[in-house]
Amino acid sequence: MESDQHFEQLKDIVKMYLPDDVSVDAIVVDSNFVKELNINSANLVDIVLDVEDAFGIRLENEDMDKMQTVQDALNIIAQKLQLKK
Amino acid sequence: MNRRVVVTGLGICAPNGVGLANFYESMLNGSSGITFHQELADLGFGCQIAGKPEIREGLKESYFTSLQLRGLNSSGVVYGVMAGTDAWKDAGLEKADKDQPDWDSGIIFGTGILGIDKLRESIHLIDNNNARRLGSNSVMQTMASGISAYLGGILGCGNQVTTNSSACATGTEGVIMGMERIRAGKAERMLVGSCNDSGPYIWGGFDAMRILPFNYNDNPQEASRPMSASASGFVPGSGAGAMVLESLSSALERGAKIYAEVLGGAINSGGQRGVGSMTAPNSLAVQKCILEALMDAGVDKSEVDVINGHLTATSKDADEIRNWSEALGRTGVDFPFINTTKGLVGHCLAASGSVECVASLLQYREGLVFGNRNCQDLHPEILALVDASRIPLTTISHTPGIMAKASFGFGDVNACVIFNDYKEK
Repeated sequence: MESDQHFEQLKDIVKMYLPDDVSVDAIVVDSNFVKELNINSANLVDIVLDVEDAFGIRLENEDMDKMQTVQDALNIIAQKLQLKK
Repeated sequence: MNRRVVVTGLGICAPNGVGLANFYESMLNGSSGITFHQELADLGFGCQIAGKPEIREGLKESYFTSLQLRGLNSSGVVYGVMAGTDAWKDAGLEKADKDQPDWDSGIIFGTGILGIDKLRESIHLIDNNNARRLGSNSVMQTMASGISAYLGGILGCGNQVTTNSSACATGTEGVIMGMERIRAGKAERMLVGSCNDSGPYIWGGFDAMRILPFNYNDNPQEASRPMSASASGFVPGSGAGAMVLESLSSALERGAKIYAEVLGGAINSGGQRGVGSMTAPNSLAVQKCILEALMDAGVDKSEVDVINGHLTATSKDADEIRNWSEALGRTGVDFPFINTTKGLVGHCLAASGSVECVASLLQYREGLVFGNRNCQDLHPEILALVDASRIPLTTISHTPGIMAKASFGFGDVNACVIFNDYKEK
């Protein structure tokens, strides 16, 4: 399924930013980037840039504000890809 | 409170040696780290040679996480983190545990400008209306205090963590500032040092000032000629040096090895008055700085045994020797042994003071005074003041007693630190 594929792609991006003591397996659809995965909030902008490159989309400031969890990110990605079509 | 301060750790990332063992070998044997750089030739530089540490493939990975390495484009951060982390390890110190910083350990790690290649990369993005693509790491790689911030996070230091900047006096100034903080009882350990980026954007301004040698592009190892009659300018360098300074009580309690004692030091400025200017030191201030350092250390002029000079390989070298000679009231065979590290590494700019302090301190461990390269033809004005026997051309066996190390920087700023062989007393 397309959304599964998006999740795997996103997981690949996010794992780079995990602190040492958080395992890649901790990344699930419901994970909150900052509160649960302990990702430094400054790195959220880097995740956004990586997502832009990986999916060929552009995220605006308000998209970033909404992007609290992995699911939020997947929703935004799906929405942006839809607009592109 | 006036506590004794000792040096318990050294780290180095120098043009002629990355890591203490490689650097020591090069210093011992007089191996130069000055090489030709095609990049400088392609850019039309007059001086196409420079001193740049060679970081072998895969080495950075032992110092940085893969996340830190991503987008890392600041050579000063690389050199400084390597030297600083090595010094910490050499001192037998651990990184602070995850949840609690080490409140008694601080950092003063200086630089001139940091991350100039990252800055250039950022400027290009911004000029292309693409500021949003800078990502999160352009600020920490280009803020001056980026180097102390990186080290502070890696080591977990909870005391003062800062960056000083005083041009080519930066590294030596940092040693004095760290010593003062420990003396005053405000810290037990201070990691001090300095770093300087490499590359054309650092060196170009000096090339434009025409103070670099342009006749040695085919013969780089002979180019840096401090104290020589044929000196024709300083060879630009880069790198980092680092030292762990520690209260004697903390060092003894830990059973740490002690390289030397930091007896004292002084920092001043010539105010760009008299013969002093933005680019030239006021001799009066240089002599005052040396004498104040000795006074702070409680040492008599006659006791100075070894000097590591600033001695850059410009026409100012003879002036510097005259300042040492007049300040100490010593000439001929009575002059201390004197050497300069720049003949082998060039002028590492903001990193010069710390790189040269590390070289100087290794002399205590090994019971040696390192030789001077490229000054077989000593400048006649220097020979008029100092007997040639006091300027060893090759490394000699001699454990330094009192050692003075000075650095002078643009802005007419001076720093002089006094070390001594550590003795229990």
